[in-house]
Amino acid sequence: MNSGIDLQGTFIESLTDMGISPGLAKTMWIPLPMTLVIIGATVGVLVVVWLERKISAAAQQRIGPEFAGPLGVLQPVADGLKLVFKEDIVPTKSDPILFTLGPILVVIPVFLSYLIIPFGQNLVITDLNVGIFIWISLSSIAPIGLLMSGYASNNKYSLLGGLRAAAQAISYEIPLALAVLAVVMMSNSLSTIDIVEQQSGYGILSWNIWRQPVGLLIFWIAALAECERLPFDLPEAEEELVAGYQTEYTGMKFGLFYIGSYVNLVLSSLVFAILYLGGWDFPIPLDRLASWLGTSEDTAWLQVVTASLGIIMTILKTYFLIFIAILMRWTVPRVRIDQLLDLGWKFLLPVALVNLLLTAALKLTFPMAFGG
Amino acid sequence: MFALSGYEYFLGFLLVSSLVPILALTAAKLLRPRTGGPERRTTYESGMEPIGGAWIQFNIRYYMFALVFVIFDVETVFLYPWAVAFNQLGLLAFIEALIFIAILVIALVYAWRKGALEWS
Repeated sequence: MNSGIDLQGTFIESLTDMGISPGLAKTMWIPLPMTLVIIGATVGVLVVVWLERKISAAAQQRIGPEFAGPLGVLQPVADGLKLVFKEDIVPTKSDPILFTLGPILVVIPVFLSYLIIPFGQNLVITDLNVGIFIWISLSSIAPIGLLMSGYASNNKYSLLGGLRAAAQAISYEIPLALAVLAVVMMSNSLSTIDIVEQQSGYGILSWNIWRQPVGLLIFWIAALAECERLPFDLPEAEEELVAGYQTEYTGMKFGLFYIGSYVNLVLSSLVFAILYLGGWDFPIPLDRLASWLGTSEDTAWLQVVTASLGIIMTILKTYFLIFIAILMRWTVPRVRIDQLLDLGWKFLLPVALVNLLLTAALKLTFPMAFGG
Repeated sequence: MFALSGYEYFLGFLLVSSLVPILALTAAKLLRPRTGGPERRTTYESGMEPIGGAWIQFNIRYYMFALVFVIFDVETVFLYPWAVAFNQLGLLAFIEALIFIAILVIALVYAWRKGALEWS
């Protein structure tokens, strides 16, 4: 296999050539991909907000935002600026410290989860050997923030919304973790890089969609529930609970919840693309393409093309999933709380367990097809 | 410097991502208006005068789910090393995990029959 482009190595090498010690050069490198990823994630949110408005409008035969910039692309920026300039209201009866800490605790873990998202062979902040497990553990911190803000508001709607959010998050956490577990079993590794590598080789045919059709559905349902997207947006069901745990929030604190939920949606779609849709893999195997073109895959320009194509593929797959999530919002009605919990505990959990054991059994019987 | 290599990135990224809410809230603090009377700071309750607070003794119906969750979450954590090393463990490990999961499925069936998974 080709090793791809080693940006970190090149960067450190060029700095040491300029007379900077290797240790310092490495320290200077560390914040670069992180800042880039944070900016990318924020821009990704702006795009998703715009897409959500435009697609929702199309689904309801409206035009949607159109005045702010061409086709209204600047609308999310205007929304964000408006939130920055809003007055900050902390209810007198609330607990001010927990009230502020809640949204912060929701936002940090979702951004932090980008640590393990690979956009290419070497295009990942760090390839931890516990990779996907970091994402699972970080995703269980956010409900604490929701519970905290629901309680701190000292508002009945907020309290009920916060409790619902926590109940929903813990109910869907287990099916989600078990669906991931089946993929992990096939890759023999928790590292996101290894999970994608294991799906490469035959292009679209070697992606996990064909080997984990049940796990894929479980993951998608559970991920939508974790993101509190319709049809699982009970914690903020506006007809029942005003805005759930967000009821008392204004200005930038509300903005943090807003950013958090959209970053989480993008993140879940990215993880879905990595686990089941082959991450940065091109649908047609690239070494085949290279041999058709008559070049070796180690050629410099081809490596640059491959790397950019990898990033584009990851983002395309992600936005395709987001598109499906937005369409589902306008197609499926919201479930009731008892239906939600029944679906999680009485259906998804047993099915996820069976899926895991089935994967294990198939791996024993056909070790070649299921990762050896 | 770090006992676990690779985790200096985790620490660094934790600091970088903590900057997001800090910067956002600081920018808002500098830019937002400071007006607003006490009326605005009352608790919202559909435009009515709020009746009582929310910090009361209150039956949280979901606590049984939390208990079952703890059991199955620990189970999942136990299954992770099993799944990662499964290609080296073979049939015996599969049967062992089958027994382990079967015991927990019995627990799930028990909780189900006891009505712990009912919402009302």
